[in-house]
Amino acid sequence: MIDKILDSPAAALAEVPDGATILIGGFGNAGMPSALLDALIAQGARNLTVVNNNAGNADAGLAALIAAKRVSKILCSFPRQTDSWHFDKAWRAGELELELVPQGTLAERLRAAGAGVGAFYTPTAFGTRLAEGKETRHINGRDYVLEYPIHGDYALIKADRADRWGNLAYRKTARNFGPIMAAAAKCTVAQVRQIVALGAIDPEHVVTPGIFVQRVVKVPALEGAA
Amino acid sequence: MKKLGRNQIAARVARDIPEGAYVNLGIGLPTLVANHIPGDREVILHSENGVLGIGPRPAPGREDEDLIDAGKSPVTLLAGGSYFHHADSFGMIRGGHIDICVLGAFQVAANGDIANWHTGEADAIPAVGGAMDLAAGAKQVFVTMEHLTKKGESKIVERCSYPLTGVGCVTRVYTDLAVIDIKADGLHLVEICAEGLSFEELQKLNGVALKYKAAV
Repeated sequence: MIDKILDSPAAALAEVPDGATILIGGFGNAGMPSALLDALIAQGARNLTVVNNNAGNADAGLAALIAAKRVSKILCSFPRQTDSWHFDKAWRAGELELELVPQGTLAERLRAAGAGVGAFYTPTAFGTRLAEGKETRHINGRDYVLEYPIHGDYALIKADRADRWGNLAYRKTARNFGPIMAAAAKCTVAQVRQIVALGAIDPEHVVTPGIFVQRVVKVPALEGAA
Repeated sequence: MKKLGRNQIAARVARDIPEGAYVNLGIGLPTLVANHIPGDREVILHSENGVLGIGPRPAPGREDEDLIDAGKSPVTLLAGGSYFHHADSFGMIRGGHIDICVLGAFQVAANGDIANWHTGEADAIPAVGGAMDLAAGAKQVFVTMEHLTKKGESKIVERCSYPLTGVGCVTRVYTDLAVIDIKADGLHLVEICAEGLSFEELQKLNGVALKYKAAV
């Protein structure tokens, strides 16, 4: 019997090695897998490459991982926030490398990884300093920049409901990076509010099919709050 | 001369957003545009984080942490609205499905280049978000900004000195002084908005040459 449900975030993340690339879902608090981030902090893996839209807020989650000097590189679109002080300090001290990626290019690079696309041309950032040094190409009257996929060793995402096959349904804008990160990682761990029986998620409403999900952990809503 | 305030600029932009348009509003002044779209005009607002059909701000106490816009502010969803993941959301932008995006800017050049993400200072922490995708992908890129810097220099320039967000993409600029179209042959004044400002005075402040064909 297939059963992807594990007892705890700690059990789901026990084998994360040093140097792993971790895709972290969420945009603001919506979709942020806070319980998985807490477990990753406790787990101790170091020298991590992290992919998230931002670079941590206040003192919890990704910000705490950066404060603990566990992140050596971050790929994101918008690190600068009013409460990104841990990232700001580490970046200014040269303790972590930043690869700034336009938000849509970040999303498409993740999608490309999950879809087996080797690289793609995008018009975004052509003629700007974020395209410096990259291959470009003129196609049908427009200029494009070549971008490569972003593969993850782990994806940590948050969904609303899951079944034991790993099928996921999300809630509102908490969906954000979840589906594309799930497909882009070798091991996707989903933190969910509720686990339901097979078939209870209408097949028409499964957003991430279980083929993209390896582990599921139930985290009741209150525990999931940052 | 009486310059337009932020809400007056937003109201002027709203006049140009037609029924049925799919529109993305940037953070800051562009967000105010939503407040000025007449209630009987159906305009569908998109946000990068994965939502179409954004409604008014929720009443205090009615916020939902899972329903936010790209500025991470709580929003509501209209009947007919929808949610989707980030790659689809930016596919809508990059794929040319968004009719109009409204962005703020540090500078706009006469050839339609826009600079709005980086001051160019070496120690400034960079952050770009979806600005480059919107600049490159929306069918029309409207910019709202004050016409002059605090030092009185025009933000409409021959060539941007700040790092670019996108090249040749801005179609119309709304400032506290005027509305200006950017076309292949340069800048065209649509209208002067500041009360008591003459074309000659505006031309002097703007720096870059303006074409103007008065309505007959």
